[in-house]
Amino acid sequence: MAGGLKPRRFGGLYVAEHRLKVMRGYLQTMVATGIGTPLLYLYALGVGLATLVDANMANGGSGGSEVSYLIFVAPALLCSAAMTTATEEFSYPIMLGFKWNPTFFGMNAAPLQGGQIINGVTYAVIVRLVAQSIVYYLFMLLFGAIPGPFGWLVIVVGVLTGMSLGALLMAYATHLKEDKGQFNYIMRFGVIPLTLFSGTFFPLSTLPVWLHWIGWISPLWHGTELSRVLSYGYQEPAWLSVVHVAYLVLLIVVGWWLARRLAVKRLNR
Amino acid sequence: MPSPDTLSSTANNAVISASNLTKKYKDFAAVDGISFDIAPGESFGFLGPNGAGKSTTMRMIGAVSTRTSGDLSVVGLDPNQFGPEIRSQLGVVPQEDNLDSELKVRDNLIVYGRYFGLPHSYLGPKADELLEFAQLGEKAKSRVDDLSGGMKRRLTIARALINNPRILMLDEPTTGLDPQARHILWDRLFRLKEQGTTLVLTTHYMDEAEQLCDRLVVIDKGTIMAEGSPSSLIKKYSTREVLELRFGSDRNADVAQQVEPLGERIEVLPDRILVYSDNGEVVLQKVTDLGLNPLTSLVRRSSLEDVFLRLTGRSLIE
Repeated sequence: MAGGLKPRRFGGLYVAEHRLKVMRGYLQTMVATGIGTPLLYLYALGVGLATLVDANMANGGSGGSEVSYLIFVAPALLCSAAMTTATEEFSYPIMLGFKWNPTFFGMNAAPLQGGQIINGVTYAVIVRLVAQSIVYYLFMLLFGAIPGPFGWLVIVVGVLTGMSLGALLMAYATHLKEDKGQFNYIMRFGVIPLTLFSGTFFPLSTLPVWLHWIGWISPLWHGTELSRVLSYGYQEPAWLSVVHVAYLVLLIVVGWWLARRLAVKRLNR
Repeated sequence: MPSPDTLSSTANNAVISASNLTKKYKDFAAVDGISFDIAPGESFGFLGPNGAGKSTTMRMIGAVSTRTSGDLSVVGLDPNQFGPEIRSQLGVVPQEDNLDSELKVRDNLIVYGRYFGLPHSYLGPKADELLEFAQLGEKAKSRVDDLSGGMKRRLTIARALINNPRILMLDEPTTGLDPQARHILWDRLFRLKEQGTTLVLTTHYMDEAEQLCDRLVVIDKGTIMAEGSPSSLIKKYSTREVLELRFGSDRNADVAQQVEPLGERIEVLPDRILVYSDNGEVVLQKVTDLGLNPLTSLVRRSSLEDVFLRLTGRSLIE
């Protein structure tokens, strides 16, 4: 009986250890994108495009915000990057483990359980999201994009944003028996439009009212708005900030719970 | 090595015990009320064609598939309740390779050992020892994808041994391997058997069953057709020798009537006639005396293939 004790207690951590070891094989790519993405985006949008936007605002343009475009866009870019990484980690790697290189079945043949496998995969992705968001945050500091004292909390919001969409995607990937381009479809017609219409590059209020619903259902919009509150004190009612947190947490809980259930079902054949 | 006769009556100390074990998928019974006991140190086989229910039985024993009904006890525990506890004492070699192709050979062993909660200080030397056992010492730092099919299977066996399991379960261990790779694998498994590891394997190769199993059950369509040691099954369900005659596919059926009285019984297959007798050469002489000139003839010992043919009327590999 003793042999089951440690796996029951720490199974999720063993899976995370495995996944991080696999990730180490891609460390160079991860570091390159982890550093390259904030550098390029902050420079291109926050510095380059910002000259146009800020000049327009100075000339009395409408729809902008009370801070420079760099400060406005930077927290949104961090959240968006986290979401992209989560999409990457919770799609193909999940299919890989269940189907193409069914290591999850190997884990389950050892003492690990379906829920622990999902937990472990998630822990490892959280580690990556935290590391990536910290690097992003440091670049934001470097560019002078974080004026507020609570700016560091954008790291937490970034992870929550990535995880909220990621957990749902993980549940979907756990359920999916065959990939006939669904992930590609989700990326092109889900994640990219969400990025464009979630108040990332311009406030949601500049869109026609009938398009605002995209923002309301988009975890990226909730994450972005929340990170702006923390980063530069963007003004919104306190209850709305609470809604942002609750919405992101709700998506994570639902996605995670669903993925665990589906994994148990899929492994028990 | 325990003798088969004592093994069949060792239900009390059985490491695996199944009674009326059933697994249904909707209306289809993949495993339909089978019962068996496997004793410690025994090498036990499930022999049957593809789709007979062997792998499903293995998954239920391996505590990764819930039974629909019946009783099952593995190392004294109920798999429905004590999955992790049971699996911590098993080594599993699945039919479908699931080594992590993104990790190196040795890392596959270490990572797998961690699932059992084993410390790195134990796993390092153990992995090296198992790689030597699997004759993969030089491949420790290779990528899994660079290994041949036989090497991958040996690595999977090494991986299954990382936790010093009480029972090693092998699902079709040599399917898809070339003859040389099969023999290397059999040799390794035979060593484990000699060391007292309980082996439970499925196969649709009769030679594999004969080589490795102390005792086996012949399984078809989810039910057990017969049980015993390979030699006792052959003795019970077949004759000592078999004469295989080929008259050409057009003539086989015509000649069958004339040949039938010459042996104890015959089986007419599309490409040949099998005549069962204790002395194949004598029967062959009688065939020649009758003036029936077969295109080819072969006298061989009876095998489990003949047992299966007798029990089911079908060949093992179809």
